[in-house]
Amino acid sequence: MDANNVLEIRGLNVEFASERGRLRALRDVDLTIPRGSIVGVVGESGCGKSTMINSIIGLLAHNATVSSGSISFQGEDLLQKSERELRDIRGQHISMIFQDPMTTLNPVLSIGTQMIDIQYRDQIPKAQKKARSIEMLSRVGIPDPESRLDNYPHQFSGGMRQRIAIAMALQAEPELLIADEPTTALDATLEVQIIHRLKDLQHSMGCSILFISHHLGVIAELCDFVIVMYGGEVVERGTVRDIFHRPSHPYTFKLLECDPARIAETTRSLPTIPGEIPNLAKLPPGCIFADRCERSIGLCREKIPPSTEFAEHHWARCHLAGEVSST
Amino acid sequence: MWLYFLKRILLGILIVVVAVSLLYSMIHMVPGDPVKTILGPRASPELQAQIREKMGLNDPLPVQIVKFIGRVATGDLGEDVFKRKSVNTIVFEQLPHTIYLVLAGIGWAMLVGIPLGCLSAIYRNSMIDRFAGILSVSCIAIPTFVVALYSVLLFAVTLKWLPAIGAGDGGFGSYISHLILPAFAVGLGWVGYLARLVRASMLEVMSENHVRTARAFGLPEKTIVFKYVLRLAILPTITLIGMGIGILLSSAVFTEIVFARPGIGRLIYDAVTSRNYPVVMGSVLVTTILFVVSTTIADLINALVDPRVRTEG
Repeated sequence: MDANNVLEIRGLNVEFASERGRLRALRDVDLTIPRGSIVGVVGESGCGKSTMINSIIGLLAHNATVSSGSISFQGEDLLQKSERELRDIRGQHISMIFQDPMTTLNPVLSIGTQMIDIQYRDQIPKAQKKARSIEMLSRVGIPDPESRLDNYPHQFSGGMRQRIAIAMALQAEPELLIADEPTTALDATLEVQIIHRLKDLQHSMGCSILFISHHLGVIAELCDFVIVMYGGEVVERGTVRDIFHRPSHPYTFKLLECDPARIAETTRSLPTIPGEIPNLAKLPPGCIFADRCERSIGLCREKIPPSTEFAEHHWARCHLAGEVSST
Repeated sequence: MWLYFLKRILLGILIVVVAVSLLYSMIHMVPGDPVKTILGPRASPELQAQIREKMGLNDPLPVQIVKFIGRVATGDLGEDVFKRKSVNTIVFEQLPHTIYLVLAGIGWAMLVGIPLGCLSAIYRNSMIDRFAGILSVSCIAIPTFVVALYSVLLFAVTLKWLPAIGAGDGGFGSYISHLILPAFAVGLGWVGYLARLVRASMLEVMSENHVRTARAFGLPEKTIVFKYVLRLAILPTITLIGMGIGILLSSAVFTEIVFARPGIGRLIYDAVTSRNYPVVMGSVLVTTILFVVSTTIADLINALVDPRVRTEG
C-alpha cells in the first residue's frame, strides 16, 4: 500500500445472512483515502455506505461476514486484527461522528463524564483530561465550555450536540475521522456552520476525513475525492472535479441531474431516477444499474463491468466508461 | 430538582388521602353491622347504640371519612375494641417483622436477579441466557406458599438446618435464622421478575445509538455494560422494586401464615376474619402509606439517576 494513504480498501466483499438468503451487501469495494484529504461518499439509502463504515471500524452486525478483501489502515490490515486490537484503534486512531446527534450521546451521563471516559487510555490526571475536553469544546464553538461540561445531552440543542460529538471524535487527534451524514439531521444554516468548523479543524489537526452524505452540495464544497456507491458497489470514484464536472457512470450522471441545487428554473416536480434499487439477494448477472440505465447495451445485462481507470485517478464500473460524458 | 421532589411528595400525600377515603367507604359498604359483630347477637339495643356512638358510626359517611383522616393525620389510628388497645401499638408491633421480611426477600432477589439479567443480556441467545431464562420463568411460576411449604419441609423438617416457625426468641442471631426461609420464599419469584426485566431493558438500551457511539470510541465492554447501559437499563427495575416492596408488605401474608410469623399481613388476615374493623383500617392504611412511600422513593431514586426526569419538573 502507498504510504501516502491513510486508508486503502481493496476488493472488499461483505455478506449478510438473512431470511431471504445471502445478501451481498458490498461487492468488490475499492476506496483510497490519501493522508490529509477529505473523501466523500455519496449514494442513496441502502447502497452500502453504513456497511462499509462498519467494516472499517469492525462493528459489523453479527450476521455479517467479510468474505474477501482487505482494509489497510496505516499499512496494517484491519480485517486481520483481533477485537482487542481493533478496540485500541477505535476512538484513538479512527473516530466517528454519527448521523443523529439527539441519540448518539448517553442521556444519563454528563458530557464531561463521556468526554473524560473516552480518554481512558491516557495515563494522565483527571484534571488534565478535563482541561483537554474543555479546550476541545471551545474549539468546536461551545460557549462557556467549562460550566457546560457538567450538563447532560438533553440540555443542548441538536447543533450543539453535533459539535460536542465532533469535539469527542477529534479529542484524541485521530488519523482518520469517519463522519456518517453528520449534518443530515440539522437545518441548513447549522449544516453550513458545522461543515466549516469541520474543515477548519481538519486543516489545523491534519487528519483525513471519510465524509458520508447524500447532500451533493456539501460533498462538492468539502471533499477532495468522491466515491459514488450504488447497490453495494462503488460505481465511480475520482477527484471532486471529475465527479462533478465529468461524471462517467450513468448513475452518477443521473444523481447529479436529480440534485435540486443544480436545477436552474423553478419547477414543481423534481427529477427522479425511474426504477428501484436492486434486490441484493437476487443480483442480476450483469451490471447492477442496467435495469435503470438509459444507455445500457446488450453486454451490460450479461457481464459485470470491472472497475476501470479510464482516465488518471478516475475509475468507473461501466462498460461504456470514458464514452459516456457530460454533454 | 428540589421542585421535582416536592411535587412527588405532595402527589404521594394526595394518593394516600384518596386511597384512605376509598378504603373507608368500601369497608362500610361490606354487609354486616360491625357493632353486632363486636357485641354478639344478644347485646342490648342500648349497649349497641352506645358503642355505635363511640365508634362515630352515626355520622354521615363523608363526615366519618374527614374525621378519620383528621385523626390519622395526628397519628392516631383508633382503638381495637376487642382488646381495648391502641391500633397504633398493635400495628407498629407487627410492622417491623414484615418490613424486615420484605426487605430481606427483595434484597436477595436483587442480588441474584439483577446480575442474572445482566448475564442473560450480555450472553444473549447463549446457553447461559437460555438457562437463566428457564430458571427465571420457573421462579415466577411457582406460587410463594408452595415455595414456603417445601422449604420448610426440606430445610427445617428433613435437614433441620433452620427453624421452621416463629420469629425467634428475641436474640439477633435467632431472628436472622428465623428470617432466612421466609425471605427465601418471598424473594424467589422476584428473582425471576427482576432477571427478566433487567435482561429486556438491557437489550433495549444496548441497541440504542449512544451505545454504538461508546463502542466506536473503543470503550472497554465492561465500562459500556456497567456504566453506559446498566445505568439506563436499571431505571424500570427501580420502579418495579419500589412497587414490589409496596405490594409485598400486604401480600406477604401467605408466607407469614406458613411460617407462623408475626407480621402485618397476618394481622390484616386475622382482623378481617374477626371483623375487627379498626384494626383492618389501621393496618391497611399503614400498608397503603408504605406502598406510596416505597414507590415515591423509587421515583426519587430514578430522578437521581436520570437527569431527564428531574428537569421535567
